[in-house]
Amino acid sequence: MNSNERQWSYWEPEQETIDRADLEQLQLERLQATLYRVGTHVPFYRNKFFNIKFNYESLRDLSDLSRLPFTTKQDLRDNYPYGLFAVPLRDVVRIHSSSGTTGMATVVGYTGNDINTWTNLVARVLTAAGVGKDDVIQIAFGYGLFTGGFGLHYGAERLGASVIPISAGNTRRQIQIMQDFKSSALVCTPSYALKMADVMMDMGVNPNGLSLKYGLFGAEPWSERMRLEINERLGIVATDNYGLSEVMGPGVAGECLECNGLHINEDHFLVEIVDPVSLKPVAPGEIGELVITTLTKEAFPMIRYRTRDLSRLLTEPCPCGRTFHRIERITGRTDDMLIIKGVNVFPTQIETILFDIEGTQPHYNLIVEREHHEDKVTVLVEVVESIFFDQMKKQRTIIDIIKKRLASELGVSVDVKLVEERSLERFNGKGSRVIDKRAL
Amino acid sequence: MLKIRNLESGYGKLRVLKHISMHIKHGEIVAIIGANGAGKTTLLSTIAGLIKAQSGEIVFADRDLGTVTPHQLPHLGCVMVPEGRQVFAPLTVEENLILGGRCRARDGAAATASRLEHQYELFPVLRQRRHQYAGTLSGGEQQMLAMGRALMAQPSLIMLDEPSTGLAPLIVQEIFKVIAAMRDEGKTVLLVEQNAKAALTIADRGYVLETGKVILQGAATDLLANRDVQRAYLGREKIE
Repeated sequence: MNSNERQWSYWEPEQETIDRADLEQLQLERLQATLYRVGTHVPFYRNKFFNIKFNYESLRDLSDLSRLPFTTKQDLRDNYPYGLFAVPLRDVVRIHSSSGTTGMATVVGYTGNDINTWTNLVARVLTAAGVGKDDVIQIAFGYGLFTGGFGLHYGAERLGASVIPISAGNTRRQIQIMQDFKSSALVCTPSYALKMADVMMDMGVNPNGLSLKYGLFGAEPWSERMRLEINERLGIVATDNYGLSEVMGPGVAGECLECNGLHINEDHFLVEIVDPVSLKPVAPGEIGELVITTLTKEAFPMIRYRTRDLSRLLTEPCPCGRTFHRIERITGRTDDMLIIKGVNVFPTQIETILFDIEGTQPHYNLIVEREHHEDKVTVLVEVVESIFFDQMKKQRTIIDIIKKRLASELGVSVDVKLVEERSLERFNGKGSRVIDKRAL
Repeated sequence: MLKIRNLESGYGKLRVLKHISMHIKHGEIVAIIGANGAGKTTLLSTIAGLIKAQSGEIVFADRDLGTVTPHQLPHLGCVMVPEGRQVFAPLTVEENLILGGRCRARDGAAATASRLEHQYELFPVLRQRRHQYAGTLSGGEQQMLAMGRALMAQPSLIMLDEPSTGLAPLIVQEIFKVIAAMRDEGKTVLLVEQNAKAALTIADRGYVLETGKVILQGAATDLLANRDVQRAYLGREKIE
């Protein structure tokens, strides 16, 4: 599609195309009010500010934010369940809990205004991804304590779309309903979308016969290659969206139809990218850990929350007209970072390389072991049938290519094993593709 | 059109406003609400130049107001309707209005006459009282006169300090209707009010001031729905 001919639509055009100078003024106002409120209402922050002798009334500029301490997942756990709430519980109208991808769950709350803001921000993300009031949206995120289901649900209703709150799981039924109810948009994790494509093949359902046009995927890192595969196999336009329960849920950022980075809803969130080890801001455009400060949250404001998600900031203007800066798709999590023979390796780096190579499938496992006091990584990757059953020679060539590219781009040598198509585990929710067998 | 960053202001050693940042866009009604002593009037007086800012910046229509004297302000398109009306009691209604249009006197007598006519359309009661001394008007009429006098300067931004003070509820309603009408005419309004409910009902956005700090800001509807605002500023309304 040519972007010049495209009619861009916005949910809140005035905010989404705001002048950058006006945005900075708004961010400063909101940041000052947020700091004042957490400084007076939340003992955790008051003590933190006191300890570093930071007067929360004295912040003058957005750049002063870097003087403040970070908030981590551990802080949320230490204050379990309600310690970080900035309003009394009677003002809270909804409570969610983090997905607990890593360890103990954490609790977050929302006031009526928070829910309203959240709903609007999700409606923005949906609109940016091409979805409108005439769409039938199948929400295959889990409903419940996880923010994904309800967040998308209310945003889609606000749009005026028809919402199918099917929740996660029971893939065959999902596909049946998709056919019968004529779903035009699918919301789930990218790995689940691929699983659906697999099951469709088993069921003999031709995706081209479905009404499906758009897919909004999030809640786990995925690659460009995976997007292409989803687009091709389901015949849709797949966009990425980002959120985490600690700062709100889905709706923090989302891609427009340019499919080139996720616009951050910067009037509600301040984003920084820092080096996960030194915690200093990275050079503009460098990959680092995403740190988010909420600007309008009432019940559960977050100051400099370390998301552990890795991304980089894209500040070039986007053809869609939104003035909000973009983040590149999440390229991994800082906790996924493997230190192999002293080299930092992110599984997604391996993923990207694998998917660049002809004949491989976007399914892989990484096995990390320690042999004779030395780290050893084995990559299991699915290859298309024709290669798997072909002569050994072709297989050897592919293995050599993969090994060479991995070694040159990661700086670590790895073993590669090819496996049959569909022999690796598929995931309904968030996938975990790293098996670390090292006893460290 | 008005941008304030990190404004600090006060009287002598007393710092009343602590790092206030706010902005007003063209054609908006922005309400500043807060209790007695929160710094609302200090804020307006500082914008108007009656009090000198201790630090921070105020930019109006791309000009730094730090260098502008109070009497120049109406020429730039910013007028203030002070708290307690402050009409010129020994002058007639019409004389008060004409005085308000002084800064636009160069436009000629015809322009003044048509502006006068416009105020009489907006406030019919002022036409009836045009030859009466301003001091003999009721509180509500004086408030209308003060607003009409400000509008005579053809401002783009009009700042109102507690327009509802001491007025009967019915009159307050009427005053707020006129304020909404001013926005519809393309004026931008900065409204300082203790009557939070009335102010937020007509405003587009609002800022809540507490001890010289902005503690909340946002769309007026969001502020009305905020429980802190309800408890602190709207509670009394419910009992009435």
